[in-house]
Amino acid sequence: MNQETLLVGLAGVFAAAAPIIFAVMGETLSERAGVINLSMNGTILLTAMSGFAVAYTTNSLILGFLAGLLIGALVALVVAFASITLKQSQVAIGFVLALTCRDLAYFLGSPFMGVNGPRLQAAPIPGLSAIPVLGPLFFRQEVITYVSFFAIFIAWLWLYRTRPGLMLQGIGEKPAAAYVRGANVNLMRYVYTVIGGAFIGLAGPAYSLGVRAGWMGTISGLDGIGWIALSITIFGGWNPVRAAFGAYLFAFLQWLGLVLQPVLTQVPSQVLQVAPFPLMILTLLLVNIGNAEWVERTLAAMPESARKFTAKLLRAMRASPPAALGVPFERD
Amino acid sequence: MNVELKNIHKRFGKTYANKGINLSIPSGAIQGILGENGAGKSTLMKILSGFIQADSGGEIVLDGKPVVMQSPADAIRFGVGMLHQDPLDFPPMKLLDNFLLGMPGKLFLNRKEAAQDFNRLANEYGFNFDPESYVDSLTVGERQQLEIMRLLFLGARVFIFDEPTTGISAAQKTKLFDTLQSFPKQAITTIFVSHKLEDVERLCDRVAVLRAGELVGEFTPPYETKKFVSTMFGKEITLGERQPAKTGDVVLSLKNVFLEDTRVRIDGLNVNIRAGEVIGLAGLEGSGQGMFIRACAGLVRPVGGKIFLKGKNLTGKSYYAFKREGVNFLPAARLEEGLLPGLSLLDHFILAEKPRGVFIDKAYGQRLAEERIKSFNIRGTPASMVESLSGGNQQRAELALLQTPLSLVLLEHPTRGLDIESMIYIWSKLKDRCKQDGAALIFISSDLEELLQYSDRLLVFFSGKVSEPIDASGTNVEQLGQLIGGKGWPQKGDIHA
Repeated sequence: MNQETLLVGLAGVFAAAAPIIFAVMGETLSERAGVINLSMNGTILLTAMSGFAVAYTTNSLILGFLAGLLIGALVALVVAFASITLKQSQVAIGFVLALTCRDLAYFLGSPFMGVNGPRLQAAPIPGLSAIPVLGPLFFRQEVITYVSFFAIFIAWLWLYRTRPGLMLQGIGEKPAAAYVRGANVNLMRYVYTVIGGAFIGLAGPAYSLGVRAGWMGTISGLDGIGWIALSITIFGGWNPVRAAFGAYLFAFLQWLGLVLQPVLTQVPSQVLQVAPFPLMILTLLLVNIGNAEWVERTLAAMPESARKFTAKLLRAMRASPPAALGVPFERD
Repeated sequence: MNVELKNIHKRFGKTYANKGINLSIPSGAIQGILGENGAGKSTLMKILSGFIQADSGGEIVLDGKPVVMQSPADAIRFGVGMLHQDPLDFPPMKLLDNFLLGMPGKLFLNRKEAAQDFNRLANEYGFNFDPESYVDSLTVGERQQLEIMRLLFLGARVFIFDEPTTGISAAQKTKLFDTLQSFPKQAITTIFVSHKLEDVERLCDRVAVLRAGELVGEFTPPYETKKFVSTMFGKEITLGERQPAKTGDVVLSLKNVFLEDTRVRIDGLNVNIRAGEVIGLAGLEGSGQGMFIRACAGLVRPVGGKIFLKGKNLTGKSYYAFKREGVNFLPAARLEEGLLPGLSLLDHFILAEKPRGVFIDKAYGQRLAEERIKSFNIRGTPASMVESLSGGNQQRAELALLQTPLSLVLLEHPTRGLDIESMIYIWSKLKDRCKQDGAALIFISSDLEELLQYSDRLLVFFSGKVSEPIDASGTNVEQLGQLIGGKGWPQKGDIHA
């Protein structure tokens, strides 16, 4: 493989990961506030279909993306209302929505099956795209891929560099304490769930108007992406940058599977297709090893200096979920 | 800051949590608030800190101005800050982020500037903190200091402390008291809510006692501990007739047992408990007795030492192994831990029996349930769901579920919330059962009268310290009350068995 093809391939990884990035950023924001939006898989399918349908009908890509944004936010609003106002199980409502939205997408989307519609074109950034290696890698992408880079940065900036972001961390961690410090916990949960939903809603059009343009119904191959994004959110430790890394890792492993297929002919192709999944699980386990009780016990028995070092390392790797994830907040 | 509470009422349903409380605290005072569990202390403090609002008719006056506080954040703006018993901070965060969270300011955080404020304040008060370390690496005492710092920075002029000395070390207590004693100089008013008589006497320049929602007494130094106790507990308490202890073989033996949780630790406990004996565990909630009883049940694994049951070493064995040896534990939370809501009495009795084949023998279960319901005087039918029973009947149901043979019964607040009739009935049943099976009984209670009435020996817990067994017939409510409040403990060095 020469350098050119390698770069194009890797650039493809960034493009392929863009929808997952949106979904993961959205879910991260929502879960940071303490609300699990489990409808993600259905939302992605529904917004992929409707985004394509709107863009096809109006011949406007922007309207297509806006439709996705809006539908994602609406589905999230249902999750928020059921879990925050009605205090129902987030898991139950999320599951039902995931299935409903998926079937709705297949049903409503049948008139648009296989039609040729508008799609995003690569938009190289003048100047930057000419930089060797970095140019082809990052700056010859579609607009939506640039937006995905930006989304990671914004989510990170908001969460770790702003006051409301710090409060957001507090709301998901210990809502009672956040309330004492002046947060309107339930309102903020609504806001972040809906914003998170809007992010998730971008994932669908990012597929149907970009990465895998068009709507192919059940054979679109999008079913399941939402569940993967959900696990990447967890793997990412509810940190946008780590989560983005997870999304890229996943897209990279999938690409690797494709690339290695002609080389490793003795390995059944199914193995390579499925390999990214167990690899993700393995990473998840490794990252969270510091949470296990036996590790703590082993640590306690280690000599002081080694213990400190290992504890620090584990601390840096450790990802603990927002403590109030999925728990309704009641004053007092 | 001057604090005046005028005619504060708060009703929850039919019961008054606060009833016409009038209390005036001069600026810079350290005001102690005493009262037993449920006396209305925490309701009053929640009202003052904006968590809940008082019923109409009363008012809160700060420095002569009546104020209305709709939320804790409101209260802070008026200068009232509260330290909760469980610190309301964010354990996985860095100290600096925890400090910054909720601070007013610009959209983007300026951590550098905040770190300077943080370090300056820490120096001023002699707290030793690294802003880059994590909250969960701190002890409860340090987390209090952190919270004090934060509230000071936010401009709090009134500090409410809810049981601040529970779960902190002696050194940290001294440190805390030093800090609090520096407050009057800055005209900061302190309200110190506690059960612990010793702490209140040492620190407070004035003390108010609450009982059943009402302010029943105000005191200024010199204090008389005896007076506190009788005002807190109300009536003169008379002891009924006691039965002398009849003791058999050692049932439970703890050898040099160490127990530890995040709040308290118990060091090197040695105790032998004999068949037929009733041991009462006294102490404020969270002083270690809950952990002790769970260790005896096999639910908490001791950090060190050995636990023997009838001579058999059960250290580190599972709850199931303890249960097989005849240990029965009835936790305080009856519906959460003791019974299964959603199942009927009949289901419970069948579940507790040794299985007789795969299928349920309904007829046998029905007979068994009717018989038990009758003999334990439970007001219900075999088909009654446990959650529909009253507290007393739930407790009876739990007793009816005790296994045979029984070697050790562990009870947590066995008669909490029960009327006097149920209480007497339950104790007579318990004593009968233990006599019949030669079992020992250990129970936790916060009712001093019950402890003295039904125990043969008492163990008093105070911040993880455990007293030598005290003969219940040789003590009284006053002495016990003092021990529970941390007074009259032997100093290090003069412990004798």
